[in-house]
Amino acid sequence: MQTSQTWDIAFSHLDAGYGEHAVLRDISAVLPAGKISVILGESGSGKSTLLKHIMGLSRPMGGQVHIAGQDIFALDATTFRRLRRHMGVLFQDGALLGALDLVENVALPLSEHLSLSPKLLREAALRVLDMVGLEEFADYYPNQLSGGMRKRAGLARAIIAQPRILLCDEPTSGLDPVTAAKMDELLLSMHTQFPEMTIVVVSHDLASFKAVAEHVLVIRDSGLCFVGSPAELLNSADPYLRQFLERRSGDAGVARQRPMNAGVQEALTRWLAS
Amino acid sequence: MPNAEKTETGMRAILAAASRWGLDCLRCVGETTLFMLAGLKRIFSDIRIFRRTIQQLYVIGYKSLFVILLIGIFCGMVLGLQGYYTLVKFGSVGMLGSAVSLSLVRELGPVLTAIMLTGRAGSSMAAEIGVMRISDQIDALEVMDINPLAYLVSPRLLASMISFPLLTGLFDVIGIFGGYLTGVLMLDINEGAYFYRIANSVTMSDLTGGFVKAFVFGLLVTTICCHQGYNTHRRRDSVGPEAVGNATTSAVVISCVLILAADYVLTSFLL
Repeated sequence: MQTSQTWDIAFSHLDAGYGEHAVLRDISAVLPAGKISVILGESGSGKSTLLKHIMGLSRPMGGQVHIAGQDIFALDATTFRRLRRHMGVLFQDGALLGALDLVENVALPLSEHLSLSPKLLREAALRVLDMVGLEEFADYYPNQLSGGMRKRAGLARAIIAQPRILLCDEPTSGLDPVTAAKMDELLLSMHTQFPEMTIVVVSHDLASFKAVAEHVLVIRDSGLCFVGSPAELLNSADPYLRQFLERRSGDAGVARQRPMNAGVQEALTRWLAS
Repeated sequence: MPNAEKTETGMRAILAAASRWGLDCLRCVGETTLFMLAGLKRIFSDIRIFRRTIQQLYVIGYKSLFVILLIGIFCGMVLGLQGYYTLVKFGSVGMLGSAVSLSLVRELGPVLTAIMLTGRAGSSMAAEIGVMRISDQIDALEVMDINPLAYLVSPRLLASMISFPLLTGLFDVIGIFGGYLTGVLMLDINEGAYFYRIANSVTMSDLTGGFVKAFVFGLLVTTICCHQGYNTHRRRDSVGPEAVGNATTSAVVISCVLILAADYVLTSFLL
């Protein structure tokens, strides 16, 4: 299956978008194998769109995406499906199937493709649930878990088939700082256990980026504005990158003062006093 | 611009809009048909589909049983009552068994069962698949190399093709019993005459026709409901949870209209 030695992900002049609307233009970069690459950018900048192109869920408007040296959109369906078996994906909210409990959810990639006994499937699922600290919740349904637990379960499902590429869409968004830090530690421990795995994290969480990143891409105005190491990014003098890293808005930063309509104000005051 | 020219421009605009609408409808019909064929093709692709079909038989069939029986008995009772007061004018109350059974077996059984199942099971199919679509669950299936059609649609299609005719049969039986309750027990029609007329008037072709209709309605309802849910993210009128609500509404409305339209077409072929 694999034609090159490593599971690098490379974009070559990639244009991506929805319908006629281009979200990303002329993206060329490499996400190196065996490293944690973080794709940073503002909300709506096209980070998740880029991830969808790596997964093959969206077709590019132009350019190519190469995985392990192969242009994934030039592959026939069967070869592409074989290639995608080597990917594990953690979606934003875990994307666990509501009708299945955690063991069934996590074991799904195996139960659908391998003829294993229920006992072996459960064992395999419990092993990865243990890795993410959720073994005792094995028989719970997704709606009985917190957001952080759902993400961890999603991570367990993503790694159960021992993927070469792990894609994580906003793994820490919506989590409290402690849970977000645990998620980062989990990604780092995955990296230690599977050093050859290419891990791609899409995020706008700066704390998370500082904790896990080994390689960084920053997206701005539909294009790449930075590719390099975290240290290079942190030392960059680029005004936009400084603004992004220092969490400054770039506007005046003050809410505009515009008086409320007198009628609305009066009605509101009456209602609040009632 | 002279009046004649204005009228011509207006006519052209109307014609263009009507053509666009027509093309949109054709595209939608083609897309839905391909969706159904893709779902049907995958029924026999994998043994695991049969396990999921059993789950769907429970959801679509067993869980709808009570409401179907309830509607069936009241429908039969009303038919008995209406039939009696119409036939009594002509001195033909003995024909009540024929009136009730033929109405149920040929028309009301398949149509009302399908409409009830659309509300009870079809709406939940559209909503469930719609929620799966907007919460990335369908994308997750694809990434795990699990065909979403084989996982979500094929078991539902197979379960509907089995449960719609079975529930229609039960609706017919309980409806005939409802007619018996009003006709024989309340209005004092001869019990023997009631059942003799049923046995005499309902032919094998009536039964087959009713089951053929139920089978087609099952296929139609499931295809439309699954298709609406599956394409929730492509709706132009709304996004997110609102799109799921709108997809569910569209699924129920389109299914109900198509049940009646298909009933007319099938009846004209079966008679």
